[in-house]
Amino acid sequence: METHDSTRVLVIMPAWNEAESVGDTVREVLGVGRAYDVLVVNDGSTDDTAELAAAAGATVLNLPFNLGVGGAMRAGFKYAQRTGYRRVIQVDADGQHDPEHIEEVLAGLNHADISIGARFADKGAYKVSGPRKWAMQFLAKVISGLAKTRLTDVTSGFRAANERAISQYLDHYPAEYLGDTIDSLVVAIRSGCSVTQIPVAMRPRQGGTPSHNPLKAAIYLGRSVFALLFALTRKRSHITSGHIAVEGTS
Amino acid sequence: MGNLAAFILSLAIVGVVVEMLRRKKLREKYAALWLVVGTGTLILAAFPSLLTIVTQFVGVQLPSNLLFIISILLLLGVCLHLSWEISVVEDETRTLAEEVAILRALVEQQAAANPANGDTSNTTTSK
Repeated sequence: METHDSTRVLVIMPAWNEAESVGDTVREVLGVGRAYDVLVVNDGSTDDTAELAAAAGATVLNLPFNLGVGGAMRAGFKYAQRTGYRRVIQVDADGQHDPEHIEEVLAGLNHADISIGARFADKGAYKVSGPRKWAMQFLAKVISGLAKTRLTDVTSGFRAANERAISQYLDHYPAEYLGDTIDSLVVAIRSGCSVTQIPVAMRPRQGGTPSHNPLKAAIYLGRSVFALLFALTRKRSHITSGHIAVEGTS
Repeated sequence: MGNLAAFILSLAIVGVVVEMLRRKKLREKYAALWLVVGTGTLILAAFPSLLTIVTQFVGVQLPSNLLFIISILLLLGVCLHLSWEISVVEDETRTLAEEVAILRALVEQQAAANPANGDTSNTTTSK
């Protein structure tokens, strides 16, 4: 295995057909000039996401087929654990997360296992409305109660984890819808990981807009409640201080 | 002789399952169920009066109703079992995909770190 300074941070970027933005985002993260290594998890893209990411200086994990964000992230966590990274952070490939904020979100790991870069915490112009907003507020309320700390944006994809959280994630990180956000977070909290949030401003996505269709929002609410209920009844993971055994079926 | 037809049909089912097992086209854990179903129909076809006795015993009005309810429950069970099996298989595939991706990345890193390595080992083995 590769050896490196254990203070380096692995920036994990799940990417599925993100050829438009992935190159710029990788260059931007590396351009911040800190001890970051970028790992782009190419989630079965059919465009040249992998080549562009590699050309921009990222390590690329090529999944042979599409697994979804949860699948891509677990592959990233596995890579991080095997190559000895002690801190990782998930950053979206679409340029929504400002690389300048990575250090702030990582600072949250000083007093917690998981640090979330939150969009609604009175910073930035990110706004959603209607049923989708209620769904997000409801989820935030429930999960805040579990975590015993105020969380306002539990579905944020801007999340950092330390070694303890990585071990827990490897035990439970579903590839299902919302598995990468709600499910994994709830089970991590119930397994004893502590969570904190750092307010950050989000930039508009480079491609695509969040939908405001009420029907879609209602479906989103239903699915998130479903995911939440399951997560609340799941088995906790055993976390032994550093690494846990994650052999066989998880 | 409707009974003869039923008997031949169930005999054919059992025969096909055994043959598939023999050719390793069917794993034993799936075959067990079908063998049980096949033997059950064989017995019923041989002794149709058994069904009437069981029907009276359970308190169902028509023998055919009992047969239908048993078949539906059985098929439901099979469907559930297959859904469960495929979830297990998908989970295993996911783990394999992750492993393959990580191994490929590590191999490519090593190849990039010492590009001469592959060539020299090739020339020594070709001697």
